[in-house]
Amino acid sequence: MNQASSSELKVTRFRVNGQAREAVTAPSTRLSQVLRDELGLTGTKVGCDAGDCGACTVLLNGVQVCSCLVALGQCAGAEVTTVEGLAQTGANELSALQRSFVQHGAAQCGICTPGMLMAAADLLRRHRTPTREQVLDAIGGVLCRCTGYLKIVEAILALGQERVPVQPDCDDGAPVGRRMPRRDAVSKVSGTELFGADHAPEDALWIRVIRSPHPSCQFEFGDLDRFLKHAGLHGVLTARDIPNNRFAIFPDLRDQPALADGQARFAGEAVLALVGGLTELQNLDLSQVPIRFSPLAAVNTLDQATAPGAPAVHQRWPDNILCRGRLLRGEPDRVIASAPLSVSARFETAYIEHAYIEPEAGWAQWVGPPGQERLTVFACTQTPYMDRDELAWMFGLDGSRVRIIPSAVGGGFGGKLDMSIQPLLAAGAIKFGRPMRIVYGRAESMQSTTKRHPARMRATLAADDTGRMLAYDFSGDFNTGAYASWGPTVANRVPIHACGPYRVGNVRALTRAIFTNDAIAGAFRGFGVPQSTLLNETLVDQLAQRLGEDPLEFRYRNALRAGDSTATGQQLSASVGLQACLEALRPAWREARKRVESFNGKAHEPMGDQVVEDLADPHRRHRTAKRRGVGIACMWYGIGNTVIANPSSMSVGLRRDGRFMLYNGAVDIGQGTYTIMPQIVAQALGVPVDLIDQITADTDLTLDAGKSSASRQTFVSGNAARGAGEDLRAKLLAFLGMPHTAQICTEGSALFGHDRGETRRVELAALPADANGDVALGLGYFDPPTVPLDADGQGVPYATYGFAAQFAEVEVDIDFGTVRVLQVHAAHDVGRAINPTQVEGQIHGGIAQGLGLALMEHYQGGRTDNLHDYLIPTAGDMPLVQVHLIEDPEPLGPYGAKGVGEPALVATAPAILNAIHAATGVRIDLVPVTPDRLLAALDAQWAASQAP
Amino acid sequence: MPAVRSDSGWMQPVELDQALMLLHQTPATVLAGGTDLFPSIAGAALPGPVLDLSQLQALRELSVLPAPGPSGQGTVQEYLRIGAALTWTDLLHADLPQGLEALRLAAREIGAGQIQNRATLGGNLCNASPAADSVPVLLALEAKVELRRQGGCRTLELADFILGNRRTALASGELMTAVLIPLPLAGSRSLFLKLGHRRYLVISAVSLAISACFDAQRRLSRCAVAVGACSAVAQRMRRLEQHLTGLAESDLQAMLRAPINDDWLGPINPIDDVRGSAQFRRAAAGRLILRGLAELVGQS
Repeated sequence: MNQASSSELKVTRFRVNGQAREAVTAPSTRLSQVLRDELGLTGTKVGCDAGDCGACTVLLNGVQVCSCLVALGQCAGAEVTTVEGLAQTGANELSALQRSFVQHGAAQCGICTPGMLMAAADLLRRHRTPTREQVLDAIGGVLCRCTGYLKIVEAILALGQERVPVQPDCDDGAPVGRRMPRRDAVSKVSGTELFGADHAPEDALWIRVIRSPHPSCQFEFGDLDRFLKHAGLHGVLTARDIPNNRFAIFPDLRDQPALADGQARFAGEAVLALVGGLTELQNLDLSQVPIRFSPLAAVNTLDQATAPGAPAVHQRWPDNILCRGRLLRGEPDRVIASAPLSVSARFETAYIEHAYIEPEAGWAQWVGPPGQERLTVFACTQTPYMDRDELAWMFGLDGSRVRIIPSAVGGGFGGKLDMSIQPLLAAGAIKFGRPMRIVYGRAESMQSTTKRHPARMRATLAADDTGRMLAYDFSGDFNTGAYASWGPTVANRVPIHACGPYRVGNVRALTRAIFTNDAIAGAFRGFGVPQSTLLNETLVDQLAQRLGEDPLEFRYRNALRAGDSTATGQQLSASVGLQACLEALRPAWREARKRVESFNGKAHEPMGDQVVEDLADPHRRHRTAKRRGVGIACMWYGIGNTVIANPSSMSVGLRRDGRFMLYNGAVDIGQGTYTIMPQIVAQALGVPVDLIDQITADTDLTLDAGKSSASRQTFVSGNAARGAGEDLRAKLLAFLGMPHTAQICTEGSALFGHDRGETRRVELAALPADANGDVALGLGYFDPPTVPLDADGQGVPYATYGFAAQFAEVEVDIDFGTVRVLQVHAAHDVGRAINPTQVEGQIHGGIAQGLGLALMEHYQGGRTDNLHDYLIPTAGDMPLVQVHLIEDPEPLGPYGAKGVGEPALVATAPAILNAIHAATGVRIDLVPVTPDRLLAALDAQWAASQAP
Repeated sequence: MPAVRSDSGWMQPVELDQALMLLHQTPATVLAGGTDLFPSIAGAALPGPVLDLSQLQALRELSVLPAPGPSGQGTVQEYLRIGAALTWTDLLHADLPQGLEALRLAAREIGAGQIQNRATLGGNLCNASPAADSVPVLLALEAKVELRRQGGCRTLELADFILGNRRTALASGELMTAVLIPLPLAGSRSLFLKLGHRRYLVISAVSLAISACFDAQRRLSRCAVAVGACSAVAQRMRRLEQHLTGLAESDLQAMLRAPINDDWLGPINPIDDVRGSAQFRRAAAGRLILRGLAELVGQS
């Protein structure tokens, strides 16, 4: 290692984006690092440093390569093209490919975008009118976790077609409902967006974290000073450097140290942070770090944690039970006992990794006159305001002395809600008085940050003999890992949603969040609801089967509708679009069922249980072992926090130049808040959206808009944005002395009011302005109205719910247990689509994650801490997707809108599992349904059919 | 002669002789496509000294050669000589002789475009992963590898080159320079099938290569079957091959309707890992073989 770094720093000459460049560094250095660190071309992203994700794809002599797998010296004399080189002539003009990405909404978080663009550029050099298959081959090596790839494929295909099949953005229409390109699309496709690893103060020192190799252990340090001197490092950070060394999502549960204090509770927990120069830290011999670990008995898995006498992960919770959730309505026991029909099942789910392509990264500094220093943290986060408050608490600072500037966030999905790097950066900046930066590697990102809770659940669903659902009895244990994180949220959200979006009068739902020494489980798109929906929709499907009823019609009959009460006793007065979703699916569903029947009939005998069993014969089906099936699932999801207040505030000002400035604190993690908030505020003001500028989330500059979580931003912050726009409009009309029916607009620095032929004009340039430069300011605030839940879980936990139904058509290869999802139809009641392109993008991405949950994703600490053993869907795994947007307006929502971020994912996995059953007759009660599991089930089914 | 670009940490010869001399003088990390080497290290730079093969044109040539020696029939068997540093993309676009289709099929399945553009055939062999997709293909095609050192050259059967999980017979100072594949007899076909858990960027759970030849009487006159990812090193299924050789097409079709005889899968010894259980791999390997044979029968 030392040899490489100290090997003569020779000059390598090559061409980058058409210009002769030289790099003075070891020729064995990765090209990706040279491009970013030596040449400042940070448009090339690093997601894994192992060729597994493709984020660093560039062109080397015109063909795509992973720049993390190319040595600088191999580029001598070669031509390298990066995303910065795609723009045509002069830096300001985007290439046709980049423009197509912008128009089609092909970028969400944008971290994979440069790699996608380069892979596509390679293709388009070889094929001017590529086929879909060629596009997939070209981008198959670039992972995307946000988009589900479909809009990327469309954007590339569109370039080769005469007519671009993109739905036009009519910019003469009202701002709400427009298919407006993202506000930040241009910076994402041009590579100028600054993610956590893309920027830091010049003189920043680096932090490298040493982690526990054991799931449970005590540890001691040896002579750290001697080690530092020998390794040429600047210093260390330990638990002692953090005054209040514990944090959590819930202040009363603060249990997680930023650096473990003598005891580590999971493999991958930070125990020591080393501070120094990048080269010294990269070349470190880890075996020389003076630290001695003494392993302790660990509890892994739910069984071990709940076994009698199990060691306590935390002394505070001697039985390892963090919390319980409970809901009781009616008399489920009595009703189930006397019901003519009931079905029961169990279900298990695995740890799921968020697998955002951007590992955590950022920097911090501690600057100011002695005694008045302020802490600034620039990092990827979904929740800047909570980071500010939690860091202030940990370091004993007044909140006013902490500033959080979110970087562009390269994917979150709940994984960037908990703090990770922030307290380490803060501790280093405060201790050493120097800016600190950190960039997590892929493995440590996966080991140390949160996951989706593995669940083990059982339930019974009962119905009368006409197929009316009567009762649901559910219990589920959720492995919350080593620290509390969002365990309580999962335990509380699941009981409310457990019985599904159906009329069920009698419900019991019990949950437990249980500590183990496994990876921390936290927030992940759906907070436990995707897990409980897998079980619920399995049972609903079984009941339909028992009744011999069409699975869609059975759901339709039992679906919640406006006026119904939920299991918490909440009466839903409006915006219950589930039946409309099912109606939208019905024609395609019937067609798909016919098509599948015909497919299966051609290859084999007509469908029917008898024949399915016969086809499961592992030994007589070698040539035509493909079976198809369609399956459906419904979902509902409460928008915003469960009961707990989650207000958002927004403000919008009018500047002297006649432009509006939106102060938008709703962090955009790819879901589009930096685009739809301007749309909403423009609608509220009654002005064109192009007049709206914005300052994006920064705790010094924007008001608290809460977290980008719980599908809340469109509904909650959107309402605040609408309120701010309406407030400013009212103030301006008052200033103009005009009635509320008047229209306002600006032209240059003049403000106009028009009302029934009357026009008034005010010159803004001469007006006094506040410190921000605003001559008038509108404020908006919204906190969804809820009613606390009682001991039986009765109350109004959410102000509104999103609803959806999806069906999947799959093809199962019975020889190998492999499943290919051919198509998905997704109908979502979003209340109102503020920006339909973005709503579709959310749904596509949710389907991709649902497909991963169903078929391939299984995080196993120590075994799958990379993106080649932890598999997420590639472009080639995506089905065709048809989105049906249902707009049953929510009276409380901004222009009727509700959230869609999490609802997008929930129905996909159960629809796929039900489709697998339809295809094969086999029900699998755990995910992921990997080929070995499905094949074992198919073979067991065959063996059972052969038993005498 | 162009100068050797080298320093203590980085050597980039342009002639093979230079490379062999450097390798003789300095034990070095040999860098070809880098697609296995870089992921195997943490940190920014490869541990030095590094010998980079990217400028060695000699390792990127594809040619048809007479055999090193006379073959049994007294005629000279021809070989396809593939330079060890040819990439999968090179092979995908190469005009390969009939019977070597498996090589192209494997090239399409390795990683994805970026990997195929860099990863080399020789690198895949020297890395000696149990799941390496080239190994069953080259075993079924009865390939040899050419190993050179300063002042010496030897050829080894591929099966004698890969000794175990990431272990090879490559000696210190030695460089793999080429892969030699005997040109298949007229009428030969080959195929490669890969079972992975997703499309693109996926490591094989089971891989299969078959090379076969039907004679004028529609009998299987020659058949080689190799299975990858089910043992430390991919294996030829010799007993199965013996059973298959000489079968008439109709007998073969009949055979495909029955389960595969587990004894024929003797050489495989799969393990449980994140890509599947041992039981799954064994079952899937048998079925993949049947599917592969069915495909060959369908083609012929």
